[in-house]
Amino acid sequence: MIDKKHIGRTTAPQTFDVEKGRLKFFAKAIGEKNPIYSDEAAAQAAGYKTIPAPPTFGFCLEMESNSLWDNIAAMGVPVGKILHGSQSFKYHAPIYAGDKITFVTKVSDIVDKKGGKMEFITEDSTGTNQDGVLVCELQRVIVVLN
Amino acid sequence: MSTPKFDSVAVGDQPIRLEADPISRTTLALYAGASGDHNPMHIDIDYAKAAGQSDVFAHGMLSMAFLGRAVTDWVPQTAIRSFFTRFTAITRVGEKIIVTGKVAEKMQSGAENCVKIELSATNEKGEAKANGEAIVALA
Repeated sequence: MIDKKHIGRTTAPQTFDVEKGRLKFFAKAIGEKNPIYSDEAAAQAAGYKTIPAPPTFGFCLEMESNSLWDNIAAMGVPVGKILHGSQSFKYHAPIYAGDKITFVTKVSDIVDKKGGKMEFITEDSTGTNQDGVLVCELQRVIVVLN
Repeated sequence: MSTPKFDSVAVGDQPIRLEADPISRTTLALYAGASGDHNPMHIDIDYAKAAGQSDVFAHGMLSMAFLGRAVTDWVPQTAIRSFFTRFTAITRVGEKIIVTGKVAEKMQSGAENCVKIELSATNEKGEAKANGEAIVALA
């Protein structure tokens, strides 16, 4: 069972570049063919400043912090025993190619169910852009199968 | 794409449907690289077998990306206020994700007219893989 002392574990703020090439690659990987997600001119014609990050891309940026892997390693949980239980996003402002987003992630809860056969790690993250604007809030729940 | 108007949307409408291409090993390799999620459970069959799985399986967030595509096919992304997905079953290589969404509720949120969309992802046999909801603001 995971020691509950890890509740409250918080990453130092880490800043990641939203790279245009990475967004194009992501659009290809998810089969997104709307040109606003890969072509700057198409994005601007549709009223966007430049290529926007798709709705789930904030998760990918946050993952660059390695917080998930660092947290489960600190908790003694093997990578092969985890599943992604759920994910939520709250959007406050768009994320665009060229932005720099700073993430802070906190372990907000750890609960066990079925006598410890399953444990649930809840992690909350905030993403703030280079202008100090809160752009997104993320919550992921990781399921540990013991 | 013409953006739907709040008044033209009714509870029970099913404006969202997307059929993704079947999940291949290439899909998973590309998604691992593009997403930055390099968990070997999704790309290394030797690792997956050693961990007790029969094969690699898809990232949950790949399914959520398909749900996101389905929503942004219907409304501009800037309309989305929140987006939630619960992953209910593992998606295997060869399966095809089909996303559907229906209008569950119309509401006021602050000064905005909002619509709650209930989302569902199944495989080609109709077996549930994920479900969730998105709140979108409509003029």
